[in-house]
Amino acid sequence: MIQVLRDRLKGLKVFSRGIHPPHRKKYSESLPIRAYIPKGELMIPMVQHIGAPCEPVVKAREEVVFGQKIADVGAPVSAPIHATVSGKIGVGTVCLLPSGRRVPALPLKPAESEALPANVLEDFLDRDWDGVDPAGYDPEAIVQTVREAGVVGQGGATFPTHFKLRRNPKTPIDTVILNGCECEPYLTADHRLMVEAPEPIVIGLQLAVRACGAERGIIAIEENKPDAIEAMRKAIAGRPELDVVVCATQYPMGGERQLIAAVLGREVPSAPLGLPLHVRVVVVNVATAHSIARGVVKGKPFTHRVVSVTGGGVVEPGNWLVPVGTMFSELIAACGGVKPDVVKVLAGGPMMGPTVPHLDVPVTKGVGGITIMTEAETAHWQESPCMRCGRCVSNCPLYLSTTKIAHAVMHRDYELAEKYHMSACCECGCCSYVCPAGIPLAQYIRAGKNQVRMIAAQKKAQDKKAG
Amino acid sequence: MSEAQSVPPSKAEPAAVQERGFLVSSAPHLADRATTSRIMFEVVLAMVPLLAAGIYFFRFAAVALTVLCVAGCLAAEAVANRMRGWSQASLRDGSAVVTGMILAFSLPASMASGSRFYMAFMGGVVAIALGKAVFGGLGNNLFNPAMVGRAFLMICFPAAMAAWIPTAPMMPEAKATLAAEKGVSVDALGREDVDAITTATPLYQAAKLSEYVAKAESEPEKQDVFRAQAQKIRDAMPGLWRLAIGNVGGCVGETSALIALICGLWLVVRGVADWRSPAALLAVVVVFAGLAHWINPGRFPGPLYHLTSGALMFGAFFIATDYVGAPLTASGRLIFGAGVGLLVMLIRTFGAYPEGVMFAILIMNALTPLIERATHPKPFGGQLQT
Repeated sequence: MIQVLRDRLKGLKVFSRGIHPPHRKKYSESLPIRAYIPKGELMIPMVQHIGAPCEPVVKAREEVVFGQKIADVGAPVSAPIHATVSGKIGVGTVCLLPSGRRVPALPLKPAESEALPANVLEDFLDRDWDGVDPAGYDPEAIVQTVREAGVVGQGGATFPTHFKLRRNPKTPIDTVILNGCECEPYLTADHRLMVEAPEPIVIGLQLAVRACGAERGIIAIEENKPDAIEAMRKAIAGRPELDVVVCATQYPMGGERQLIAAVLGREVPSAPLGLPLHVRVVVVNVATAHSIARGVVKGKPFTHRVVSVTGGGVVEPGNWLVPVGTMFSELIAACGGVKPDVVKVLAGGPMMGPTVPHLDVPVTKGVGGITIMTEAETAHWQESPCMRCGRCVSNCPLYLSTTKIAHAVMHRDYELAEKYHMSACCECGCCSYVCPAGIPLAQYIRAGKNQVRMIAAQKKAQDKKAG
Repeated sequence: MSEAQSVPPSKAEPAAVQERGFLVSSAPHLADRATTSRIMFEVVLAMVPLLAAGIYFFRFAAVALTVLCVAGCLAAEAVANRMRGWSQASLRDGSAVVTGMILAFSLPASMASGSRFYMAFMGGVVAIALGKAVFGGLGNNLFNPAMVGRAFLMICFPAAMAAWIPTAPMMPEAKATLAAEKGVSVDALGREDVDAITTATPLYQAAKLSEYVAKAESEPEKQDVFRAQAQKIRDAMPGLWRLAIGNVGGCVGETSALIALICGLWLVVRGVADWRSPAALLAVVVVFAGLAHWINPGRFPGPLYHLTSGALMFGAFFIATDYVGAPLTASGRLIFGAGVGLLVMLIRTFGAYPEGVMFAILIMNALTPLIERATHPKPFGGQLQT
């Protein structure tokens, strides 16, 4: 409560409710991005976005070159996948995603020599974007190139970006918000990218503004990244339609609904039907904007992303430019490996990141960080009865009766759970974080949502059979 | 030997971690430090100054009642756990201690004397057994357990629950009055005589005053008698400062409104108690008492008198903020607090009992599920309008 008052007095953008977890960004926030050149086999999952899975467009044992399209699908909500190194495609197999799903994947063995161009890092962080005029690009063409470049939302949701940028006369857009909050504790990938390559991010934002026909672009950054705020302010100089706003360091500031409420004061209707476009907004992650600029201006597909390997359990934390498909085990080995007291390895940050059971998991387009946590860093819960203290309710950024939903799920009463708007939950985890009884509320709700989805799928299958 | 084997693998096995892989669990992986027992501990801590005030005003009685009630609560909790086949972990979460303390604080000091000691223990047992355990333990009870225990005592031992003894600082004067009545010296008073000294609570005085003023109005022929009696009560009513610090007859832990207010505010600042229930409760009391006083100042005491007397301040911050019996929702808590305030004032002003916090809480507890349903929050942004 006091923290919120202080933030308000400072004039920072805040949203109501939410929490203030420890930042723990010290591990890697000041470390420059380094390029990682994979040595072992990469695993390219065919599902790296929300929407239809891709189908390989190359044959087994085919030689591919860096940046070549290797998988695609015709569905509108989809994004193609490119070879992230030059090398040889293996026989199609199945791999484990960080989320726990098992999906088809293509192994990719890097070539002995020149698997990646030597200047891959310089090229990625190239700051010389003078003379690029986003106004010269046709909106339709931008959307098309963004799709061809395989760009998906890199904040974690991996929604195909081109789909968000399409103009639709029924839902006009007036503002594009660039999400540079990185509100998850530990993670610093977006932060480093803003510090080291602000210019392409700004170009990407301008392209996004142009593509969806918006009037302005706003870059939102949390207060705990002063160097990123400064870098972005410098980079937008001379562009009156762009602005940088400073948000309070509040979780989940990086959630679309919270960010739009904080920055513009608009309330996006609740999920699953409500979307930012219903309040004339598109939210794009900073790393995604960077990929848009590279894809549209330079014709470079989405092959690499910045991943912070951080936490108390890794020997040498760092921010790495990683080809998508690199195995966690390789990348972590490059960081000196894990310390002996490690208990959890997360794909993402500690608030929403799923744990991986082992390190044979590839970095996908949506993985912005690998957090390696020791025994002492992680919370230990002992579930005890709910005493109805209401902390989960009063901290829920979506105003849900969290404990009611969780208890409905406990009793397998999914109808009741839906009555309490279970599907509006964004699974940010604030409820579990604050629960004094140690009830894993977010887990219950997640399980409930899965159940509902499964029941719906079963019903659909039965109806198909019957009719 | 077998014990050593059954111990789960130690957490400090670095090599084993690598071999067996990593821990898989659902996000989030961080939590803030609040736990149930920590919250209960803070509530207990906030009640310690009240206990200290109780000890100052009622000496040994405050300690004895607290110990008896807490013992009764813990005993009932232990037996209930045993009967359900649960572990005794709930004894350590502190909720039974909080219930015991609240119950003890709402009992008259006379209950600690000799032959009545078992009553407080029984109250504690009933509070947990009938107030909490039968519903399924912590978090499942409909009513505030301490108030259930108190209601039980009120029904079973009405005389003991209405025997108010003077506070320690009031004692010399009370003794002198009694000695003068009996025509003996103070030293000559027997122990039984002293133990039997009672005093009127400020709310009893207020009720009597109201009664006499009303009678004086309705029976003009005896007007003077009633007027004189009313005036006598008015003269005997304690001043505001005495009420605020609690140097008046009443329950052992509730008389000091000032300390209850300070400790309650501390709980609010610490985030343990929600400000909504007490704020709404006190606001309604101020408005109600203010209106009544404005209509008939000779008959109804003002808002400050109500705020500082009886269990009001303690009830507002320590009983009405009890999580379990109050609604979860923000607006629900406002309604709950306002309802308690209104019922307290209705009972105090028109009811047969001089004090109404207990009944008000119990009634509002019963209404909580309805209030919660009616104040169910709309999700952020509302449903999409198509």
